[in-house]
Parts: sequence; C-alpha cells; structure tokens
Amino acid sequence: MSDEVTTLKKTPLNQLEHELGGKMVDFGGWELPVQFSGILEEHAAVREHVGLFDVSHMGELTVKGPDALALLQRATCNDVSKLENGRAQYNGLLYPTAGFVDDILVYQNAADDFFVVVNASNSDKDFEWIADAAKGMDVEVRNVSADYAQLALQGPEAERLLQPMTDVDLAPMKYYRFGTGKVDGVPAIVSRTGYTGEDGFEVYVAPSEGPRIMRKLLDAGAKPCGLGARDTLRLEAKMALYGNDIDQTTTPLEADLGWIVKVEKGDFFGRDVLQREKAEGPRRKLAGFEMVDRGIGRHGYPIVDGSEEVGVVTSGTHSPTLKKAIGLAYLPLGKSAPGNEFMVLIRGKEVRARVVPTPFYKRSR
Amino acid sequence: MTPEDSRYAKSHEYINVEGEIGTIGITDYAQKELGDVVFVELPQVGTQLEAGDELGSIESVKAVSELFAPVGGEVVEINERLAEKPELINTDPYGDGWMVRVKVTDPSEVDELLMTGEEYDEYVETESH
Repeated sequence: MSDEVTTLKKTPLNQLEHELGGKMVDFGGWELPVQFSGILEEHAAVREHVGLFDVSHMGELTVKGPDALALLQRATCNDVSKLENGRAQYNGLLYPTAGFVDDILVYQNAADDFFVVVNASNSDKDFEWIADAAKGMDVEVRNVSADYAQLALQGPEAERLLQPMTDVDLAPMKYYRFGTGKVDGVPAIVSRTGYTGEDGFEVYVAPSEGPRIMRKLLDAGAKPCGLGARDTLRLEAKMALYGNDIDQTTTPLEADLGWIVKVEKGDFFGRDVLQREKAEGPRRKLAGFEMVDRGIGRHGYPIVDGSEEVGVVTSGTHSPTLKKAIGLAYLPLGKSAPGNEFMVLIRGKEVRARVVPTPFYKRSR
Repeated sequence: MTPEDSRYAKSHEYINVEGEIGTIGITDYAQKELGDVVFVELPQVGTQLEAGDELGSIESVKAVSELFAPVGGEVVEINERLAEKPELINTDPYGDGWMVRVKVTDPSEVDELLMTGEEYDEYVETESH
C-alpha cells in the first residue's frame, strides 16, 4: 500500500454504483466496483440471465481521413482492410518488437472513419503511439474517451432486455457487428461484443445519459456486476487481459493470438519479428491450465521444473462455472500442449497443474 | 456488531474460548473483505502452534489470504464441513463457518494479545479509513 494520496478517476456511473452498494476499488487509477452482491452470484447471472457492467473507463479514439486505413494497417497486426462498415475487429496495436502496445477493438463506420476502443490505462499511450505513427499521413486521430459512458450488457437475456429500449434492430445483428441509433431516446452505438464469453452488447452513450440508462437496464432485470465477475468470466472464455496476460514484452504469437496476425497484409510494426516467430515457433506460449492438486495458481506465481523457473502464471482464479481452479501461463513451447503437467510454486509449495484445451468455457449457441 | 463473547486479532481472526478449548475463525468484516470463499487449507490435528503462526489459508475467488493463530495451542479439531461447504465462512463466520479448534496453551495470552469486540470494531473503523 502506498501512502501517496491519489485522486481516483470516476466514471459517469460512479455515484449510482455507490448508491447500489458497490464495493469500490482502485483499478488502474479508476474507482470502480469490484462487486455488488458477490462475484459468484454476478458471474452466474451473466452465464444464465443477464448482467450489467460499467466499462466507461475504457478509452475511445477516432481515426478519420483518407489515410485512416493505411495508418491502422501499419499500427496493428490484424487485417483492417477485411472490415466492412458496421463491423468490429479484435486487433493488436504493436511495437516494432511485436510486443503489445495494447489489444484493441476497431469499429469501421466508413472506409475512412474508424472508432477504436482501447484499455483504460493505455488510452493516453495508445493515442500518442497512433498519433506519432500518423505523422506525414492525411489522417486525424482524436482521443474521445471523455465523450462516452460505456455499458456492457452481457448474458443470454441481453437482447430481450435491450431491444425494447432501442431502435437498433438487434436480432439480425451478428457477433462483432454494431449499429448506431438511439437507446432510450438518445444517440448510441450498440455493438454485439463483450468480454465475458457470453452473448451480449456494449452500448456507448454520452456520459450524462449513462446513469439513467444504467438504472433502466437494472430495473428491467439486469444484475449489476463488478470487476471481479468480469475477470472470472473473461478468463473462462480465455480472453486476454492487458497487463496480466499480454504486455509490451509479449507477442501475439506467444499469447496464442495467431488468428489476429496477418503477416501477408503488408508491412506493419513488428511484422519481421512475427514472420520469424511464425517460421521458427515462438519460444514460449500462453496456455490454459487447471490445477490437478488443491490450490489456485494466481498472477505472477512461478512455474518451476526442479530448481529452474521455466514460466509464469499470468491469470488464475477459481472458475465459478467449472468449479475448479483454472489459469493461463507462459510455458516453454515444448511444454504447452494439452496434457502436459507442470508445477506451480504457490507460496513456497510446488502444486501440480495440467495444460488443458481452451477456452475453458464455450457457450452453446 | 462484533460478538463480545470472543476475542479478536489484528489479522481478523476470532477465538471463542470455552474451558481450555478455543474455536477459531475469521470475523464477519474479514469474510466481507475476502468475498466468496472457495476453499480453505487447514492444519492437521495435533499441530502445535504459537501465537502468530500460520494456521492455514483461505482462497476466495479474487484473492488468497493467510490465517494466523491468535494464541498458542494444539490443534484438536478442524471443521471438516468446510471442504464441501467453504461458503459457510461467508454465511455464518461465527457459527458453522468456524475453522479450527485448539487446546489453548496459555490462557493468559487471550487477554494479553487480543482485542474485545468493541476494541475490534474501533480497530476496523480506523483501519478502513
């Protein structure tokens, strides 16, 4: 704990979260609820019914102009030219070392107009990195993070809850598509995206409208959910968390995100490194594991082979759906295949774990 | 309010002493801070402990926390029900959610080392601000 007094940033929904009894914590400089009624209950609500998360801390950038596509192609590893209007794409913003600046979502409004959603604590860094890469190009990059409240309505009942409140037609909207229209009478972006492995939507509205819309969704039956459940849900779905599973020292191939690496698309930051890694294989790989013996391997716990440290746990928790301890770890490539067993050092004790296929949880469609 | 029939450690364990046997668990405040408990690791019966020794660990969904012996003693019983129902620590921390029973070595430690319920409430109040 630091004695330094820092002022935490607050989302537009902060006051409402206090009123709802949210247990507030410091999350990367933001005051956000870690839970309301309890992580297990909130987790189950999202898997079985519908839960609502305040994700207003996420950052948003706009990239507009004749060179918008060229800029994003250069700064990211996925192929942005494959996007169409109304589609969103998961992507990696990379350094020339192929390490992650951030993992992002790119929404295409038009061929020269993109909306980029970035991690909260990275938004200034991402903006500077993209703006720097844009030098000499005919494109305008803006950080519009302060213009939006973002709500994530997640769970099998999300569509049923949201449709009566919006003129965006949700039923035909497929996963990773979005529409613009109105939610509760005010302009909104609605995308069929999320960070839970469940069906659901993310809704972007003006900050001043956030609390009213949140209240309406809760009144309609959504359960308020915090960061705790968000973490167990995303981990079951094996979605990477920047700062835990990926960062500037990890490449998308190491992070088992080969599906977002399109080296054939043309030049981009980190392409050389990724081409070499593709040919030779990355030296380590992010693998899913479950504990064989009792214990939970958590973020930062070493993986040992005799006296040698051979890897590290990047995320670990008790899986509420599977009712066992699961996690993600970087392992040497040769030890990362399902079935391989290894030892996690948990508070000085070696505890057995086994690589398993991922995702840990996949919803039935 | 925190029950007055027990004594409390700064590390948020309680001990409820009857005769020479003390029942140890974590306080209501501690279980709320931890959130949903998913399992506990407890010592074996017969383990000799001094005040402050690690007694076990409690894993909640979001974190792990260690449990310390509020006073010295020998472990005479552990709460076997917690293996199947660790959530008892959340739902009934002072009752069915007890964790360990010890034969207290030196009963004077109970008053010397630990706080009353009222003192504990004040302690929690200052700690959480």
